[in-house]
Formats: sequence, structure tokens, C-alpha cells
Amino acid sequence: MANVDNNDMDMLEEGQDVEEVTAKEEKVYVASYWQLMWWRFRKHKMAIISVVILVLFYFVAVFSEFVAPYDPEQYFVQYKLAPPTRIHFIDTEGQLCWPFVYQITQEKDPETYRNIYIEDTETPYPIQLFVRGSEYQMWGLWTMDLHLFGLSVPQAEQGIFLMGADRLGRDVFSRTAYGARISLSIGLIGVLLSLTVGIVLGGISGYYGGIPDTIIQRVIEFIRTIPSIPLWMALSAALPNDWPIVKTYFAITVILSLIGWTYMARVVRGRFLAMREEDFVMSARLVGSSEMRIILRHMLPSFLSYIIASLTLSIPSMILAETGLSYIGLGLRAPAISWGVLLREAQNVRSLALAPWVLIPAAAVIIAVLAFNFVGDGLRDAADPYAR
Amino acid sequence: MFGYIIRRVLLMIPTLIVISIISFVIIQLPPGDYLTSYAAQLSAQGDTIDAQGLKALEERYGLGQPIHVQYFKWVSGIILRGDWGQSMEWQKPVKDLIWERLALTILLSSVAILVSWFIAIPVGVYSATHQYSIPDYVLSVISFVGVGTPGFLLALIVMYLAMSQLNQSVGGLFSSEFLLAPWSLAKVVDMLKHLWIPVLIIALESTAGSIRTTRANLLDELNKPYVETARAKGLEEGKLIWKYPVRVALNPFFSTVGWSLASLISGQTLIAVVLSLQTTGPMMLRALMSQDMYLAGSFLLLLSSLTVIGTLVSDIILAWVDPRIRLRG
Amino acid sequence: MENNHLLLEVKNLKTHFFLDEGTVRALDGVDFVIKRGQTLGVVGESGCGKSVTARSILRIVPQPGRIVDGEIMLYLPAQSNHSTLTNVVNLTRLNPRGTQIRSIRGCRIALVPQEPMTSLSPVHTLGNQIVEAIVLHQEVSQAEAREKAIYMLDLVGMPQPSRTIDRYPHELSGGMRQRGMIAMALSCHPSLLIADEPTTALDVTTEAQILKLMQRLQQELGMAIMFITHNLGVVARMTEHVIVMYMGKVVEEADVDTIFHNPKHPYTQALLKSIPRLGQRTRERRRLESISGSVPDPYSIPKGCSFHPRCSQRIVGLCDQEEPPNIEIGPGHKTRCVLYR
Repeated sequence: MANVDNNDMDMLEEGQDVEEVTAKEEKVYVASYWQLMWWRFRKHKMAIISVVILVLFYFVAVFSEFVAPYDPEQYFVQYKLAPPTRIHFIDTEGQLCWPFVYQITQEKDPETYRNIYIEDTETPYPIQLFVRGSEYQMWGLWTMDLHLFGLSVPQAEQGIFLMGADRLGRDVFSRTAYGARISLSIGLIGVLLSLTVGIVLGGISGYYGGIPDTIIQRVIEFIRTIPSIPLWMALSAALPNDWPIVKTYFAITVILSLIGWTYMARVVRGRFLAMREEDFVMSARLVGSSEMRIILRHMLPSFLSYIIASLTLSIPSMILAETGLSYIGLGLRAPAISWGVLLREAQNVRSLALAPWVLIPAAAVIIAVLAFNFVGDGLRDAADPYAR
Repeated sequence: MFGYIIRRVLLMIPTLIVISIISFVIIQLPPGDYLTSYAAQLSAQGDTIDAQGLKALEERYGLGQPIHVQYFKWVSGIILRGDWGQSMEWQKPVKDLIWERLALTILLSSVAILVSWFIAIPVGVYSATHQYSIPDYVLSVISFVGVGTPGFLLALIVMYLAMSQLNQSVGGLFSSEFLLAPWSLAKVVDMLKHLWIPVLIIALESTAGSIRTTRANLLDELNKPYVETARAKGLEEGKLIWKYPVRVALNPFFSTVGWSLASLISGQTLIAVVLSLQTTGPMMLRALMSQDMYLAGSFLLLLSSLTVIGTLVSDIILAWVDPRIRLRG
Repeated sequence: MENNHLLLEVKNLKTHFFLDEGTVRALDGVDFVIKRGQTLGVVGESGCGKSVTARSILRIVPQPGRIVDGEIMLYLPAQSNHSTLTNVVNLTRLNPRGTQIRSIRGCRIALVPQEPMTSLSPVHTLGNQIVEAIVLHQEVSQAEAREKAIYMLDLVGMPQPSRTIDRYPHELSGGMRQRGMIAMALSCHPSLLIADEPTTALDVTTEAQILKLMQRLQQELGMAIMFITHNLGVVARMTEHVIVMYMGKVVEEADVDTIFHNPKHPYTQALLKSIPRLGQRTRERRRLESISGSVPDPYSIPKGCSFHPRCSQRIVGLCDQEEPPNIEIGPGHKTRCVLYR
């Protein structure tokens, strides 16, 4: 609300183009549900940026062997706690050139006896794309040695550490890239598990109502009263230490889904209940559609978007739970590599002060979680394209 | 109202029973017999336990008897004698270890909830009443980041910053000289000095969430006809917002205080581990790591019961503030 | 002075809503006057701008709506000693959150809203909400305000007012809530009561009671009523003067008899033909007519006369090009239609 003044009048005249608005409006009337959803989603700028980030993250997770310049377990004895390698774009003559790094030499600080790393500007090494480096097993299937980027010199001579090295001289970037695989997939798999259980139980609860509904609701309420992290801690502590990584990984996923499904079931049930009362479902029933047809043809489509949105929103808590559990040593354990396992490096505050870059996996966690939140938020807003 | 409370308390009992069963199952989860490992641990420390001592323990826990007998022995021990079992690692009865920690946990969580409301409600109201303004946008981004940043990572970052910038350690709830000292006024003062960093970190996660909830709820309420009625009366805008829609929008807050207490206690566990606070989290973690199961199980039972009671309290508060529920109950 | 019975004068009022999808011209040049003690009926289909008119007068147009042009002159009774001139306030010039408009809202002009179910706060007692309105505009103590609230509840025929005052809205029936709303609105003796479809959400019996109550109160208290409705039967019963609105414009204005017996605008004619009348079937077997089509999309008001796409008497080449002028065809009878030029 504002007082009447000339500015308002000007705005008014500019905004009026009746013909064009009509054409635009007509497009809205004939657009399909998914089209409308996309149009609304597109308006959410942060969500779009987040989608790009997530695609990038999952690319790294899928092709981590290729993206990482080094094997995550490889030690570079001469680079213990080395800071991130500085990448230069301007050479000694002040010319702009292809990015390169300088030879780095380790020296002892005469006073503190700590390692310090000094750039030797005599020997530059250009960074190369699609370089051949250490051999690896792509997806454990075949042997390759192609890496996205790296230096053309042998690792013994000079390494490139985008995010520095940890206290054993392992490349933090390579480890973070490998960690993405476990950390990002555990969210997806956990959520799919929760979804399956949640849809079945929530669907029964919402569609049939009555006694099954009451029982399922009680169970959900009960599970939600147990504080999740202590429960997760207790359950994962019970996992035997000698289990292989893959087995522990799935066990952790199951443990996380144990609580996750209650949320999905609530969403599904809520939508079912709301939908049952909708006029279009009623009219479908009145024209004699079968229950199956009503569910698949009428309810599911207007439903799916909500499910996808809630799905996206529950991935972050899974990622966080894994990270937290692994961080305190109850989730995955080395030699498994996840972001939580990597953060164990940061447990000692003094080493943290010396080498803050071991916290970088935390940044990866936060970015991934934020991105999922934004996408989920955008999807949720877009899920109801007719709402204003 | 009174009948409502009674009914809710009665409904709580089966929940508590199931919680105790789950806690008991978790106590039983690690492989091996408690007594054998206890004896093994004692002998590892150079002590031996005589046959009589073993017998007494066997009797206390009903070991060797069917599992349900063991469960009843354990539960009745807790209810009738306040006997929570023996901590293997600490060589002390569990009951001597848990209460102080639990009290600190409750204190920390309650203060954190209050702090988070104190920040979240005004901020959320401002954000909703100034929707799409620049401050609203900034606050939304901040609260989004707050929701996305897990408490234990934040704790880690704060520790790092305090260490690198101020060269100060922020861990713990007490200065070292008070750590083992008995409670005194000086110790309380010392604790209050240490309290604010953990409280802020614990509060942050729920604050960000609460800002978003307040904002969303209030946005729903702002367009309700009763707000227009109040406006048409000639009420001042600020006054009417706080008296009517905020009042209604905060109801879901009270109804979820139980759950937010649960998630606070839960989230606090990890934060406490990072900041090495003298609360339940680190001790429970240690107990789990060393398979000190009576201690760990007791913590799980206590924390869960705390949540159940928290939910009950929030339901009662909700019934008290919302006449619609009060009358239905 | 001629203006002496004038209470409210709305001139060329334009209230627009600025949405992402475009601008909705909810009010596009509305003119009318309300005289002291008069009952003005405002008739039209949903979305024609009736409620927005009410909210514009009270300056509580919800976001993103804004009054962009026009004047709303409120003629307050002359202060006894100061001068003979009436005190005139242009409401559109006031800050919508300022003290001046707030002293008018609820005091000089009061609103009885459409939805008695949701128009009262669910978490405060009825009394709390009425007392608040009284304390706000009158210099009385809480206890006096409560007395007064009970008196008002009694006046509007609320059973057991001294007990009902402490009830929460959900404990009351729709009719009782609406009585409560009327009591609240009248508690400061407003000069103008805006009733925005006050009986739409009520059943027919309750509707009749509330209408009777309003008629009685108007006789007793002598305020003017702006009665917004889409129910022509209610208009015939309650009002003296009628304006017919269509797409944010007043298309016809006349006293109530003229509107019903000699409607000029094709829209008014069509509206009247769409109501069934008792006994009609025996004389001439006539189908009940409906107005073809529906209210156009608010983002794209048709060019020319906004009613022309639905009008049975449209003149191609004229109605779809030229905006019809407001023509006075009789004393106090105006219409916006080229047919009467």
C-alpha cells in the first residue's frame, strides 16, 4: 500500500500490454502439469544454481578415479601437511599464461621445527588436462591411467594438491573426491529405502485409514520420540568392527533409514488423505473409474511432485547423519573413505590450527546439504503450480 | 484440562515400556556375556573377582536365565531400587555417573531452546511482515545456511577460529581447576562463563529452522480474515500483528517443542563430543566404544524418556494456549 | 449547504494489483456517493471489485494492491462550535498505517466481513476482541468497555450477552458470530457501516434474522450502510440506492425501484433476468436466462466496453472499440452504455 503519486502511474502504463499478456496466459492454460512445474521451478534461482552444483558433485562421485589426480591412499612423504598448492596464472615475466605450479621444497622452520613449504620459482610445471598418471581400476572393472588434470612430471618430483595434504601426505582433494562417492550415495540409497517403506506403510495408512492407520501412526510417533543420534550411535556401535566396508555401508544405510521412513510415510499419508477429499478424485470415482485407475491416473501425478520434493529434502539429513557418525568413529571407519571419515583428521584442534584445509570436506558436506535444501525447496514450491 | 493431562500421562506409559525394551535389546547387542567380559576386564587390570562376587552379580542381573527374566530384573532394579547396573569401565554404579551429566544436558538444551526462540520469533516475524524485502532475503539466506550447517561442523569451525584467531580453547563446560571439584558457587559461575558458546552453537541449528517455520506459518496467517478484522478496527499494525497472527502462528511451535527438544538433545550429542562438554553425549559415546553397555543403555533410556516427557509437556502447553484443543480434549 | 447530507464521495477510484503475471485493474475508475443514513447496495458478480471497493475505503487493500488514482472524500460532521463547514478528509491521501486513518477505521467507518467463521481470532474470546475495539476509540476503562460490549451484544440480540462475552468464537454458531461482528462494528457508532456480503456464509433463516437486525439497528442508530452483495433479493429488501459493478467499473446507478423496474444497462438487465420469480411460469413460459460466458480474465480486460463480449445488444465496431461514457438518463439514474447516447 502506498500513497498515490506519479511514479505509480508511470509504472502502470508501462506494465500494460494487453495483447501480449493474453498470449502468455493462453500458454499457461494449455501447459501440462510438468511444464508448469518446470516454469515455477525455473524462477527459483538458487535452486537452479544448486542443481548445477549437485550435477557437478555427482559427476565427481561417479568418476572419482578419473577426477582425482592421485590414489587417495598414496603417501607423499615429502608433503606432510602441505598447504594447498598455489596455482599461478602469471609467469615471472608478468605474462598471462596457462595455469602452472612451481616446484615446492620442504624446509624446517629453524625455530619451531615445523615443516614449511617454499615455492621455487625456477621450475614451473604447467597443469595439464587429461594427463596420464597413476594407474587405477575404473569402477573396479578395468585398468586406466587417465586423469582429468595433473602434472606431467612423475609424482616423486612434484605433486599438485588443490586442497593441501593431510598429516600423512595424502592429497585431500583426491580423498574428498573419493569420499563423495560414499557420502553422496548413502543419502540417495537411504532415502530410496525410506521411500519404499514409507510409501507402502504411508499409503496403507492414508488410503485405508481405520485400524491400520492407527497402528502405523502409533509406531511412527513412537520412533520419532527416540532421539535419533543416540539411537543411531547405539545401533552402529553394535556393528562388528571386522565387517567389510560394503557390508558396514549397507548396515549404516539401513540404520539411517530406520528413522527416515517415518518422515516419508507421514508425507505420503498426508497427501493421500488430502487427495482423497479432492473434487477431481471424487469426480473420477463418480464417473466409475476403478480404484487402481484413480490412484495411478489421478492421484499419483499430483502426488509425485510432493514425493520428489520431500525426497530431496530428506537426503541432507542422511548425509549429515553419516558424516556425524563417521566423524565420531561409529559409522564408517578407515580404510573406507567418506567425508565423515576424512573429518576425523580435524579432530585434533591443534593439528586443525596447523592445517585448516583438512576441514575442506566439511565445506563439501555443507555445500551438498545446502544444494539439496535449495532444490527441495524449489521443488516444493513448484509442486503446486496452481497455487499462488 | 485435568482429564486431558491424565489421559496423556497414561498414554505415555506404553511408550516408556517399549523404549525400555529397545534400550535393553541394545544392552544385549554386543556379542559375549557381560559377566565374562567383566571378569576378563578385571583380570586384565590385575584384579581378580572371587566366585562369590561373580555369584552376586549373576543374581543381580539374572544372568544365565531366560532373556525376559533378565529384562524384568533390569527394569525392576531401575524402578524399585534405582539400580541402573554397573559401569564396567568406570567401576562404579551407573546411577553415580549419569545424573549430573543428564542435568547438564537438560540445562543446556532448555537454555538453547529459549535462546533460539528469543532470536527466531522476532526475526521470523520481521521476515514474514517484510516478505520479499532485502532484509527478508538476507535473513532467509542466513537461515538456509544455518539449517544446512550441522551443529558439530559448526562447533568444529568455531573451535578452529577460537584456536587460530584468539589462541583460546573453547571446549568443555568448566575450567580445568573446577573439572573435578564439587559443586560450589564458583563452579557455577565458571560454568556460566563457558556456557554461552555451546548454547549458541546448539541453538543455531534449531534457530534457523524456527525462523523458517515462524515465517512460513505467519505468512499463512497474515492473509486470514481475522487479521483484516483487527486492521479494520483501527488497531496499530505492529500491535495487531503480535496480538493476532503471531499468536496463532506460534501454536505449532509449542506443539513441536517436544520434538525440537528431541532433536536438540540428539544434535547436541555430536556437538558435545566435538566440544568435549560434560554432558551425556561424550560419555555415551565412550561407553558405546568400550562396550560399557549398562551405561550406554541407561543413557539411551533416559534420553528417550526425556523426549517423551518433553512431548507431553509441549502437548499440555499447546492445550493451554489453544482453546480449540483444550475443549476438544 | 448542499453537501450537508453527503457522507462519502468516491471519485474515479482506481485500485490495481501488481502481480507477477501482470496488473489486475480491480477498480478502474469507480464513482459513487453515499448520503448520511442511506443504504447503498453494491451489486455484481464475484471478482467485479465490490470487496476491493470496501477495502479501498478503509485503506486496507491487501498487498500487492494499491490505490493508484482517485479520491475518497469522507465528510465528517462539523464540530459543534468551530465552524459551519463540514470537515472533509480525503482518505486516499492518508498514510494507510497512520494515526489519522486508524482513528477513522472502526470508529467512523466499520466493516462487517463476509466470513463470520474466520473473521474472529480463534485464540481470543469474543469479548476480548470487542473490548479492544471500544478501548481503541473511546476513552473508557477496561471495565466500562466490558459493560459497553455486553450492552452492544445485547443490542444485536445475542442470547445471554454477559456469558457469551467470554466465549471463544468456535463455541458460537455462525449467526452468533456474525451478531458479534456487528456488535463490534457498531460499538463506536460509526457513520458508515460497510457490510461485505454479511450473510453469504449463513443459512437462509439466519440470513433473514441478520438482515432484520441490521434494518432495525439502522433505524435505531441512523448510520449509513454500504451493503455489498451478489444477491438481488437482499438488495431489493435492504437498500434504497443501488450501484451495479462490472469489471471494476460502476455500469449503472439508480434508486432501487428503477434498477428493478427500468434497468438500462444490458448487464443489469441480464442480471435481473437470471433470477427466478415466483408465479412467472404461469404467465409466460420463459427459460431462466443466464449471462453467456463468464467474467473475463482479469489480466486482459476487453477493449472498449468490458461487457461487450457477453452482451446480447453489442454493436460491432463500436462497443469493442470505444469506452462507453457515463450517461445520465434520468434523475439519479446513470449508466455506462453507448445505447443511450
